[in-house]
Amino acid sequence: MTAEAQKAADEAQENAAASPETEAPKPVNVGKIKTILAANEGARMRMWLSICSRCGLCAESCFFYLAKDKDPKLSPAYKAIHTIGKMYKAKGEVSREFLEECKEVVWGQCTACRRCSMYCPFGIDIATMIATARAVCYSQGIVPDGLARTTENIRTTGNQMAMATEDWIETCDWMAEEYGEEVHGLEIPMDKPGADYMYTVNPREPMYYPQDVGMAAEIFHIAGLNWTMPSTGWDSTNLAMFAGDRAVATIPVKAMYDKALELGVKAIVITECGHAFRSAKFEGPYWVGIPGGEPPVPVIHSVELFRNIMREGKIKLKHKFKHKVTYQDPCNVSRNGGLWDVGRELVNMLCDDFVDMTPNREHNHCCGGGGGFIPMGPPYKKRRMESGKIKAEQIRATGATHVIVPCHNCFDQINDLNKEYDLKVKVVSFKEIITEIMEIPESMIPPEEDEQEDVLAEEEAKREVEEGAMEEAGEVQES
Amino acid sequence: MAMDKLYEFLTGPALWITVIIFAGGLAIRLAWLFGLSQERDKPWHDFKSAVWAWRSIIHWVLPWASVSSRNQPVFTGAVWVFHICWIGVPLFLGAHNMLFEQAWGWSLPSLPDAVADWASLAVIACGVFFLLRRLSRPEVRILTSAWDYTLVLLALAPFVTGWLAFNQYGPYGLMLNLHIFLSEVLLIVLPFSKLAHMVLFFASRSAIGYEFGTRRGARVW
Repeated sequence: MTAEAQKAADEAQENAAASPETEAPKPVNVGKIKTILAANEGARMRMWLSICSRCGLCAESCFFYLAKDKDPKLSPAYKAIHTIGKMYKAKGEVSREFLEECKEVVWGQCTACRRCSMYCPFGIDIATMIATARAVCYSQGIVPDGLARTTENIRTTGNQMAMATEDWIETCDWMAEEYGEEVHGLEIPMDKPGADYMYTVNPREPMYYPQDVGMAAEIFHIAGLNWTMPSTGWDSTNLAMFAGDRAVATIPVKAMYDKALELGVKAIVITECGHAFRSAKFEGPYWVGIPGGEPPVPVIHSVELFRNIMREGKIKLKHKFKHKVTYQDPCNVSRNGGLWDVGRELVNMLCDDFVDMTPNREHNHCCGGGGGFIPMGPPYKKRRMESGKIKAEQIRATGATHVIVPCHNCFDQINDLNKEYDLKVKVVSFKEIITEIMEIPESMIPPEEDEQEDVLAEEEAKREVEEGAMEEAGEVQES
Repeated sequence: MAMDKLYEFLTGPALWITVIIFAGGLAIRLAWLFGLSQERDKPWHDFKSAVWAWRSIIHWVLPWASVSSRNQPVFTGAVWVFHICWIGVPLFLGAHNMLFEQAWGWSLPSLPDAVADWASLAVIACGVFFLLRRLSRPEVRILTSAWDYTLVLLALAPFVTGWLAFNQYGPYGLMLNLHIFLSEVLLIVLPFSKLAHMVLFFASRSAIGYEFGTRRGARVW
């Protein structure tokens, strides 16, 4: 510790001793901060900090700035300079008060959507700098409560909602049973070795929306895919990534990779979730330490898989989706995932009346619910409703009645925006649309109820005959 | 005379020092960053691609080739004119090329004096535009510090003094020496300031090009 930091720590202790009723603020662990700053101070970070020419072009790219009447303090450059910029300038010797102020910026005023990184003439990855600032704050215990809790869950149980493995397996069994009544022969295989696809979900599905699990199973079964659920490594979300805890962020990714390698599957499939895709495909390999930066098994998003299924004619449709739809480009599926045209291809295969938002594709605006905002809970809701004004206006301008949203956080955010701004839209996932309009092959249509009774009666009669025959045989033998 | 002695010094030892610090500074900075990158910038090395580096760079070298630059078309035009003239005039000015010829026996082709004259005025006009923009746009003003204003003035200084000297406004000896002195200050400061974007622009643009392009097929323009 430097002399200054030591002095501050001593003062804090003195203050604590002097007035035992008031709790002295915990001194900042400068050593930890310096370690994080050093680890991230590569060539890129140095260049970014040095060559920002203060041109201000990033401002208009940011929905926070635009939604708040172009408040200059919400320009990405301002946010970065006054958080990570100051951290580096001070060589990590910052106060707790400063970090609490940073918290309001790096979590409350940024979703790390990376639109600014695209709009900067120098290609400064501003969003990534904000993410580094998050890691610094987190190391001192400064992080929104919602993310702290879920990160702790991941650390202790491997998934963000602390769902036990038995409960996970039970939920899958339950959904297999329920959906098996609609689709004959439907199964949810668990840990099937050598399967083509290993499907991973967002824990909110088994916890609150188990029908999502069932719908996915329906689609895969009808498409005739060789797939499996994993008993471990099934949570592909990564709220620790948003919290800035790199060590814990490694846990769900490693579990997923390990399971995929253990089972020998050909690909890991990510449910309709945005950041899970980014975590598994792009960030994960570096946390786990895989040279070359690629995941050990290819990672594909549901949007890709559904598109392939439809392209290959593995699912037939009764008819196309009849409502006027628009498509939400989730930041981590489109801009940071490269899948904007794949999503559109899928939309056009399923829907007749599609109108795009403006701007769209990789230039689409963040919905405001990403970067951890949704799990950050009620204390941050007002902020994301304000910043989401931009997304709300985009949706309203399309005149669509339905918004297709292949990301859980966007889903929740847009549902909330719908109420807040009275958009009069219904938010749907691809799974919902596909299961609604897909044809169930005849062989998979379960027999009708009267038919079932006849079948039961037949089986009953057969059993009586057999029993009768056995009795006779028994009598004959006995005698 | 004092002005002659100063001239000798500025075009002698001072010039040597300037060139060494300028070229050496940039070279060392680049080499050091490259070395650092081997350890801390794995994604850069893992996803290098000449195609995506080229695309990322060319869409920002050409004016209005990116969505972001089209959002502020006048500014973008001024930036383009400014940079072309800022680089072109010192390299292709007749007076400079005469000096190169004297010193090393070779020189670059020379612009007609009238062209160089107007180009210098263009640099100054664009510079004034940048200053006014910086003062008037809230999202730019809030980012601007005293050092940012200083650098703009420093970047313009050789052109102001050069134009004045060439057109013989003010005492010639003084104006000429000021021109050389301020140019040398600029060149010495350059490698260690944001003006180093002269070379680092290409490095940072290629980095984002790989990050979005090679990895995601995404455009960064």
